[in-house]
Amino acid sequence: MEAERTAQIRFTLNGEEVDVFFAPYKTLLEVLREDLGHTGTKHGCELGECGACAVLLDGKPVLSCLVLALECSGREVLTVEGLSADGRLHPLQDAFADLGAAQCGYCTPGILVTAKALLDANPHPTRDQIREALSGNLCRCTGYLQIFEAVEAAMIKIAEKKTEA
Amino acid sequence: MMRLPLFEFRAPQTVLEAVRILDGEGPKAMPLAGGTDLLPNMKRRQQVPKALMSLNHIPELHQKTLSDSGSRLGACLTLSEIAADAGFRNGMTALAQAASFVATPQIRNMATLGGNLCLDTRCNYYDQNYEWRKAIGFCLKKDGDTCWVAPSSSKCMAVSSTDTAPALMALGARVRLVSRLGEREVPLTELYQNDGIHYIKRRPNELLTEVLLDSLRGWKSAYWKLRRRGSFDFPVLSVAAAAKLSGTGVVEAARIVVGSVACLPLVAREASELLVGRPLNQGTIAEAAALAARIAKPLDNTDFDMTWRKRVTAEFVTYALRELRGEDMRGERLLLTRHSSSL
Amino acid sequence: MPERKESTKVSQVADSRSQGEDLRVIGVPRRRVDGRAKVTGQTRFADDIFLPRTAHCKLLRSPHPHARIRKIDTSRALAHPGVYLVLTGKDLPMQYGILPVSQDEQALCVNHVRHVGDPVAAVIAREELTAFEALDLIDVDYEILTTISDPEQALATPEPRIHEYGEEGNIHKFVALEFGNVEQGVAEADEIFEDTFFYQGSTHLPIEQHASVAIKDPDGKLTIWSSTQTPHYLHRALAKVLEMPPAHIRVIATPNGGGFGGKSDPFNHEIVVAKAALLLDRPVKICLTREEVFYCHRGRHPVLMKFRTGVKKDGTITGMHLRTLIDGGAYGSYGVASTYYAGALQTTTYHIPRYRYEGCRTFTNKPPCGPKRGHGTPQPRFGQEVQLDKIAEKLKMDPADLRLRILESPNAVTANFLRLGTVNLTECIRRVVRVSDWKNKFRKLPEGHGVGIACSAYLTGAGLPIYWNKMPHSGVQLKFDRGGGVSIFCGATEIGQGSDDVLASIVAEVLGIDPFDVRLFTGDTDLGPVDLGSYSSRVTLMAGNAALQAAERGKALLAEAVALKCEVPKERLRFADKRVFDSAAPDKGVSFPEAVCLAEARFGTIGTVGSYTPPESPARYKGGGVGPSPTYSYTAAVVEVQVHPVTGWVHVPKVCIAHDIGRALNPTLARGQVEGSVYMGLGEALMEEQEFRRLPQRLSHALVHKFPSLLEYKSPTSLDMPEVVTELVEDPDPRGPFGAKEVGQGPLLPIMPAVANAVYDAVGVRIDEVPITPEKVMKALADKKAGREPRFGPDHFPHINWPEALRVPPPWEGGDGNAVNDVHREKPRAVKEKVLAP
Repeated sequence: MEAERTAQIRFTLNGEEVDVFFAPYKTLLEVLREDLGHTGTKHGCELGECGACAVLLDGKPVLSCLVLALECSGREVLTVEGLSADGRLHPLQDAFADLGAAQCGYCTPGILVTAKALLDANPHPTRDQIREALSGNLCRCTGYLQIFEAVEAAMIKIAEKKTEA
Repeated sequence: MMRLPLFEFRAPQTVLEAVRILDGEGPKAMPLAGGTDLLPNMKRRQQVPKALMSLNHIPELHQKTLSDSGSRLGACLTLSEIAADAGFRNGMTALAQAASFVATPQIRNMATLGGNLCLDTRCNYYDQNYEWRKAIGFCLKKDGDTCWVAPSSSKCMAVSSTDTAPALMALGARVRLVSRLGEREVPLTELYQNDGIHYIKRRPNELLTEVLLDSLRGWKSAYWKLRRRGSFDFPVLSVAAAAKLSGTGVVEAARIVVGSVACLPLVAREASELLVGRPLNQGTIAEAAALAARIAKPLDNTDFDMTWRKRVTAEFVTYALRELRGEDMRGERLLLTRHSSSL
Repeated sequence: MPERKESTKVSQVADSRSQGEDLRVIGVPRRRVDGRAKVTGQTRFADDIFLPRTAHCKLLRSPHPHARIRKIDTSRALAHPGVYLVLTGKDLPMQYGILPVSQDEQALCVNHVRHVGDPVAAVIAREELTAFEALDLIDVDYEILTTISDPEQALATPEPRIHEYGEEGNIHKFVALEFGNVEQGVAEADEIFEDTFFYQGSTHLPIEQHASVAIKDPDGKLTIWSSTQTPHYLHRALAKVLEMPPAHIRVIATPNGGGFGGKSDPFNHEIVVAKAALLLDRPVKICLTREEVFYCHRGRHPVLMKFRTGVKKDGTITGMHLRTLIDGGAYGSYGVASTYYAGALQTTTYHIPRYRYEGCRTFTNKPPCGPKRGHGTPQPRFGQEVQLDKIAEKLKMDPADLRLRILESPNAVTANFLRLGTVNLTECIRRVVRVSDWKNKFRKLPEGHGVGIACSAYLTGAGLPIYWNKMPHSGVQLKFDRGGGVSIFCGATEIGQGSDDVLASIVAEVLGIDPFDVRLFTGDTDLGPVDLGSYSSRVTLMAGNAALQAAERGKALLAEAVALKCEVPKERLRFADKRVFDSAAPDKGVSFPEAVCLAEARFGTIGTVGSYTPPESPARYKGGGVGPSPTYSYTAAVVEVQVHPVTGWVHVPKVCIAHDIGRALNPTLARGQVEGSVYMGLGEALMEEQEFRRLPQRLSHALVHKFPSLLEYKSPTSLDMPEVVTELVEDPDPRGPFGAKEVGQGPLLPIMPAVANAVYDAVGVRIDEVPITPEKVMKALADKKAGREPRFGPDHFPHINWPEALRVPPPWEGGDGNAVNDVHREKPRAVKEKVLAP
């Protein structure tokens, strides 16, 4: 209710500082989607049982459905909306689109940010490490294999870019 | 979308401030660390605290000291931090394994050691939405008067489902509990009790601040977790084993703990004692496994058939002990847990 | 042996392939047209729609499995601050349902609740939290009725009836069909096999929870955005229940975050938010919780089945008799069709000269079952393929070889009058045998390791619509823009399977443009012509053929204008690389935008239409409407397992699968459909269960879903997925666009029986039910060790008073597709057609 709409925080969302007013019972997921219009982050259970709502909080994948928005003051949040840069898709996004890693696309945002965190921390993961890193993101469409392949393709693309640079 | 109920929010900066809040609010205030256990419970209205007290702004809870002579682990270390730190090996392997098998990578980035030790007991009749629980007339643990797992029982049978507690019990850990009036150290083996509702002896005004470990020089440990899938799932059986072996491979000291088959992790005392003074050979392992399995009395309130869980217990104790002996158990790990390497 | 009757003629659909041109879009692995939207999070699912002044809806659901509603008092809820509106059953009393024969649902129960989760009231409030809190302020007085938990109890408990319609008591539907004298067929057999199987129910579990947003348009009409696979059927249900002219209702199917059949019914929550939006004149939104999604269900029916099959020594099947007992749950949903489907496709893979099917669907006090990927057919396919494995063993034959001997022929008309299209199951079997190294593995692997094979077939689109009519099943309109863009308008619904990409790629191929030059307006009942929906694997073939026809018509107009301008015979013109040019002199030609301009100058605004109606089925008996399809896809799979000898744990390291797809329009997406099917099939084979808990009867009447959550309903994770070798067998079927057949559902079907057969190969125990859990394997292993029958599965099939079967002589016995003893079927179809002809 309106009377409860009292909390306010400032945090960095996809590289930009934002101020937001919200009902204090809300999780980061609800504030992103409902108060900041960032609907790229999805939800499938709101109980930490599917991974659809994963975002990066200070660079680490977390479940936005289980993070109080009140706890995000001053922190950095990266959502799927923040993956592309300079008008270009992140290599992971290109690879997911090209290689069938997104079917319905609903679990995709959570998987993309989780995969980004993996490649940031470990630029050359093995298939098993990719499997493990994505083991908190349920996908009902793909059977995961094209997702693994897309992560591997993006990994090579990123490595090539680095070599060129 | 499932919504949290309304709550007051407190964010103390020090342990002292925190325990003052707990003292003032009593059981109506609940500490919030990673939130991965409490917030789902709140969304399902299993727990509706008046106030949430965040522990995320207290630097001292995030400290970690690992040394040969003993270790201190802040309660708010995340499970990822523990799983990723190569310092948690050899003696502390079981802890690192237990931490690394909890739920999912995202949850391990949030969930804390203290939170996992205080994890609410779980039950298929309890971990349900408000509407579902209404449909069964609620249960003993929350809002009802029948334990549907054992309707004649006057006691709640919800299951201890923490991964790290069995591991830390096998490692002989203690926890520090701090209240406004003082603090106490409690061996982890004495922290829990056989009651699904009052499963932990932490008083509402106490804060679990750190885990203390004595030197584990010469010790080896292992943790085995049974669950349906390679991730997400809580354990439906867990076995932690730790042993101190002599140069000739004779067991000098040992602890086997069986988790997720009762309201609390169970120390398999007879099995542990049997090992002492004997080499970890096939016969010893089989005897110990049979003894340890005897104490497991799973009930029909988790995933899988309870008789089956009971029958897997000896097998898992065997694996844990064989791993301590230095056997390559990666095949069994992959087959039964979908994780090929133990870490 | 009776002579097989081959169908004489197949309807040919003209397509560009027949011109012998090389294809630039079709068959090329490509980024799907909606790929960028999906990877940037910009695909707008229903719950992503936020409109100013939106009110939020929550449903109060029955806590009782079976009860009468004596009284509902909503006054306290209505008085709660922030609550705008409370609706109850009397506000929406009109009955509806997906099938015309099962109009048995009400948006909010009026006086009878039939399962835990049945909605009885709706609260619409300013905030979702407020609506949730106000639910507890609604007082409902219930009179508890007997809980009916399962089909056997339903058979034994005619009263109280869960519904006042159906066959009798709590039997919803009987099917009894006999194609030739099965007893005679079985009598001719050298060996007779009788096996009973149980297939547990499972649910779709799309990660997107159903959501809907409804608004009253500025002109007073209704618009609803909803996660539905069937906007056209929702449109019809809304018009009926809201008693509004269909012309005043617009349904927009938002892209679905997974469907798998679970969003194919019109749902109570959709009707409720529509009604509330009209009453409040503000947007009203609902997004179900995961628990509520389990209550919508419409998932796989639990089926108990008994196969009695006669075979000759060489494996030839002489007759098959199948009986099923089906747990329908609390409502009809697609259940009548599911009951027929459970007996429909047995004849499509192996030649069965005489076939009898008896099916019985009961009502129980559980969420209704309906269509899940493979609709009605995976359960009997499981039984049939496991029984075939047992037959092969008894006959001392390799099960792959046995199957190769008895396969049904292309273009055949089966005993139950299904006309097949291309059948490349031979090639599918050969491929999986080769890539899996079957010959070196079957019965040759060490103890604990095994391989199993199974095959299947599936529809490429249901041959009949849900409601009887003679109109097309799919329509497409194309608008040609002077700038070279082409817009596609079609009712087809994107549920992740790639329907938008199918439409764009076909149109782009025909017109020689890039799929990204195409704009799509799909799933919107106002904008596009009707497509019946994303179910029964119908979109690729049906919407695809409609798109093909529309594109060919547009191409003809452009060709005529360009031919005139370039002075080239139009037959010689080629459309490729965004140009229209002389195939004999490629430099001579115009750009595609120029071609559009030339055509527009000559003919006026260029817009074309295409539509598709499936060919008429030779099946004319009652019930013959379920099973026909323009053509069928075929699949063979070899599954490898490792079984732990002590715990019974089953691990699947590898699956080899070959799918007869006709042609893969986009191989990347086709492979994804196959792998996704393997994934879902493994879930059903090993762990997924829509399971219920009946509390002790002396203490409680409760019957609850055991674990309506994503945590406890076990969906395999990335760590549980094996290696998959996918082989696409491409032999274009002239009935499909560019030869394409379905791929979304068929590849799921062989997985479950292949796992069961592999477990037998590994440890010598038969698990005659799914899921194949370690508990069951361990128990069977113990039985084996103790010298008992090494099997886990149902031990009986209950006695049912079956009605007399409709007797339909098969084609080779001179049958014409009609039953010889149907007293209710007074008039032949020809008469009906005359009456309805325009």
